[in-house]
Amino acid sequence: MERSERGADTSGVSAAERFLKGRDGLRAIEALPWLAAIAFPIAFPDCALLGTHVLIMMLFALSLDVIVGYAGIVTLGHAAYFGVGAYTAGLVSARLGWSEPISGLLAAGIAAGAFGLVTGSVLLRYQHLALIMLTLVLSTMVFELANAWADLTGGWDGLMGIQLGPLLGLFEWDLRGLTSYGYALTVLMASFWWLRFLSASPFMQGLRGIRENRARMRAIGTPITFHLLIAFTLSATLAGVAGALFAQANAFITIEVLGFERSAAVLTMLLLGGVGRLYGALAGALVFIVAADWLAKMSPIYWEFGVGLLLVLVVLLYPNGLLGAIERVRAQCRRRSA
Amino acid sequence: MALSIFFDGIAYAMILFVLAVGLSITMGLMGVINLAHGAFAMAGGYLAVVLINRLAVPFVPALLLAVALVAVLSVPFERMLYAAIYGRGELDQVLMTIGLTLMSMAVATYLFGPGPVTLKLPGALDGTVPAFGREFPSYRAFIVGVGAAVFAALWFSFERTVLGAKIRAAVDNRAMAEAAGINTARLFTLTFALGCGLAALGGALAVNVVGLTPRFAIQYLVVVLAVVAVGGLGTIGGTMAAALVIGVADVAARYFFPGASAFLIYAPLLLVMLLRPRGLLGKV
Repeated sequence: MERSERGADTSGVSAAERFLKGRDGLRAIEALPWLAAIAFPIAFPDCALLGTHVLIMMLFALSLDVIVGYAGIVTLGHAAYFGVGAYTAGLVSARLGWSEPISGLLAAGIAAGAFGLVTGSVLLRYQHLALIMLTLVLSTMVFELANAWADLTGGWDGLMGIQLGPLLGLFEWDLRGLTSYGYALTVLMASFWWLRFLSASPFMQGLRGIRENRARMRAIGTPITFHLLIAFTLSATLAGVAGALFAQANAFITIEVLGFERSAAVLTMLLLGGVGRLYGALAGALVFIVAADWLAKMSPIYWEFGVGLLLVLVVLLYPNGLLGAIERVRAQCRRRSA
Repeated sequence: MALSIFFDGIAYAMILFVLAVGLSITMGLMGVINLAHGAFAMAGGYLAVVLINRLAVPFVPALLLAVALVAVLSVPFERMLYAAIYGRGELDQVLMTIGLTLMSMAVATYLFGPGPVTLKLPGALDGTVPAFGREFPSYRAFIVGVGAAVFAALWFSFERTVLGAKIRAAVDNRAMAEAAGINTARLFTLTFALGCGLAALGGALAVNVVGLTPRFAIQYLVVVLAVVAVGGLGTIGGTMAAALVIGVADVAARYFFPGASAFLIYAPLLLVMLLRPRGLLGKV
């Protein structure tokens, strides 16, 4: 769909409506990444495992975008919700013997969402530095709890014995990972499009408003903490679903799923792609995981140094991430041709 | 037994204090969330190792030299990188400093390998000292002495010198301090160098107590940040109080509840941070 703001059409459409349509309206090009994602395992069936990992981290980064990108709340502890989801899905199978994957996924989403609701109702009373430190300490506490309770979680040795029945009773889990790829892609698409349609809703507008100016939003009667709490719970639920996918696709997890490194990595992905635009989470996770895979094959040191340098450069030069940089180049071209 | 656990706890607390106080001052002054503080501490640790083990510099001069080198090294970082993110959002600050930390860890792994390294201690610090009818490890006694000296020096220079008054003024209200004719940009650089020098001292002291690996840069980040948060930003007394409570409690918990220790520390920490978001001694 062509942006209408350049045309002279003023037939009863308010400027605000046109602005929102231009920003949030659907475009044909949005089908492209999904067609590519569907075509990928057909073209490269041997890379389905890596592809699944990318899809899972896309969902995790997407969940973070709701609170970091839209609501402007920085957290250093999002892995806690990913980990709660991963352990819920892992434990119902490994310890309770429940092998049906989709109900395990839902249970993980509910558990992580409930955890998000409880922790969010306390955390969201704080702001800025205090909030960042609280999320960091909270997630460290959850990590140490899982570590201390190694009888249940398997600790650093990992949770053994995650057994899954065939998906929908039809698809066996194959060694090449095609089933898990399709599974992860379906869950990611459902979550993404839900958020995509939500992104034009008054709810997400409200979140943006809170990010830009809390005082004004309060003045026009927004229940700030309640609004944020819903977003936080939503985000925690999606993170938990991503964690559950991770546990189910790998049939193995260690307490690394709860670690600070994972919280830092997902923030990095989001910044790389671009914050507050949903597609940034997808682009960032793709670039991050593929680059990690490629550089780590040479040496983990290169990867560590490379991602550190990339972070510094992106913050200093391209604070809107890859997609923001692309948009800037496009805007410059348009200006030149005009 | 209890006495020597307590003593170990005090020594650990002094390391935490020296590591945290620089961060507390710089974060309080500049409002930058500096997650790379641990990287400067690690740099101090490795510099001390190189100076003492390879270049055979005597112990105390080597510590001072490591501190001075890291402080000087931090100036270009502050001018070129940190100055660019002072006014930016928290997300940019968090991510840029995480980026710096990752780079420092990669460089440390490249230069020194992933394994732990230790310092060669001089004979005088390698034994034990008698006190209260017992023997205490003399290196830990040395650390307690250094921690107390740093505390006294910082307290004096903050409360009794013009520079300290300027820093306190800028922490309270930067715009007002500038209006009163204080060059806050230069003050920031100076304070950042001081903070990084203190980090380096903490890192060097910590080598033989907690071990030094390239992961040092993030391993102690959470507990150091917790000391800063519980102590209250920019307060020296508060940081000392928080370091003592957390350090002694941590060592005691490790001894009495070896399996669950870390969890036992973080749960009450979280509670204190929730109830007193401005720190133990801070204004609510």
